[in-house]
Amino acid sequence: MASLDDLKKRIASVKSTQKITKAMKMVAAAKLRRAQESAEKGRPYSEKMNNVILNLSNGISDKENAPKLLSGNGQEKTHLCVVMTSDRGLCGGFNSNIIKKAKSYFAKILDEGKELKIITVGSKGNDQLKRVYGDKIIENISFKESKNANYFDADKVGKMVIEKFEAGEFDVCTIFYNQFKNVITQIPQAQQIIPLNNEGEENSSEESYEFEPDEDEILSNLLPKNISTQIFKAMLENSASEQGSRMSAMDNATRNAGEMVDKLTIEYNRSRQAAITKELIEIISGAESL
Amino acid sequence: MSEEFKVEIVNPEKSFLVKDDVSEVVVPAFEGEMGILKDHISIISFLKPGIIKILSKSGDENYYVEDGIVEFKNNNLSILTSTIFNLADMDKSKQQDLLKQAEEEANKTDINDQSKYLADQKLEVLKTLN
Repeated sequence: MASLDDLKKRIASVKSTQKITKAMKMVAAAKLRRAQESAEKGRPYSEKMNNVILNLSNGISDKENAPKLLSGNGQEKTHLCVVMTSDRGLCGGFNSNIIKKAKSYFAKILDEGKELKIITVGSKGNDQLKRVYGDKIIENISFKESKNANYFDADKVGKMVIEKFEAGEFDVCTIFYNQFKNVITQIPQAQQIIPLNNEGEENSSEESYEFEPDEDEILSNLLPKNISTQIFKAMLENSASEQGSRMSAMDNATRNAGEMVDKLTIEYNRSRQAAITKELIEIISGAESL
Repeated sequence: MSEEFKVEIVNPEKSFLVKDDVSEVVVPAFEGEMGILKDHISIISFLKPGIIKILSKSGDENYYVEDGIVEFKNNNLSILTSTIFNLADMDKSKQQDLLKQAEEEANKTDINDQSKYLADQKLEVLKTLN
């Protein structure tokens, strides 16, 4: 059995760990509120954008010559995957969930004999993926300097993706991120952004629009913006998810540390009592033998 | 009053402005300024750098935008934009910053005609503000 001193030290160390996890939980909770708010505030923009594009793509007359960003370039050979993760750890299964989802998708693509290219956003994803898919990663972006997700960063990623698309470096683009549902649940998502996948979405308005300039021109201006918007949405969802995930992970850690302190304290008290009893027995039996 | 409609301006971060007593909005559409009144036909267009004028009962407002999309439908005007500033809140130093940025952009040589045109537009609008 561990000595009294050892036990004392362990209790102290678990207690200080608990303090850290507790503080992290509080910070995450505060950040979560902000992140969640901005995720909710950002939704109208991406929804409206989606609506407009939906209306536009329905109104487009010449499906053959539709912009490539909408209809694809007719091939499905090279897939680009944008995997969005966090820059910091200690957030439970947040990063692993995205990576798991992404890896199963990668395996599927490689099985089909297609080419795979990866862009990682956030350093944690890069760390986990470079072991297996190191040679597939063509770009690694990290926004450690930016405190909050902002549109400017998203636009940078979006422009890069479009540039690569126009240079013919890939045919299909999918982004991976965690969708924020609530503090305990975050759903890893794979969303195809090029070509735009609007299948299964209900078209509510049958109304005809007046376009100025014509549909094609608006669309070709709008689609690049939409890519940035979708990436921005993913970033917002991701940052809310990260904080939520961190909060529940740290909550668990704090609780576990508490349990451990209790257990160790009992053990400490028992062994202290045992030592006292032992000493007493020794004294009494010594006195008796006289 | 029946001559009013609703306008909503959203940027990626948040819903920037919602007003439902608007009588007229003038937007700098790509092919020229466009005034929108109630019961305008449904329209989608996009913006070039310029000033959005919102005329309403509760006072007129002017906003500077650099890009965006307008959608008008069922007397709901939605403006989606990534860069927007209220002219009332814009001070000289902010204006100078934007002007400098625009100048840099316009002086780049490796951009295509369209972005060149947009940058020139930006410059022009910003200059008229001063």
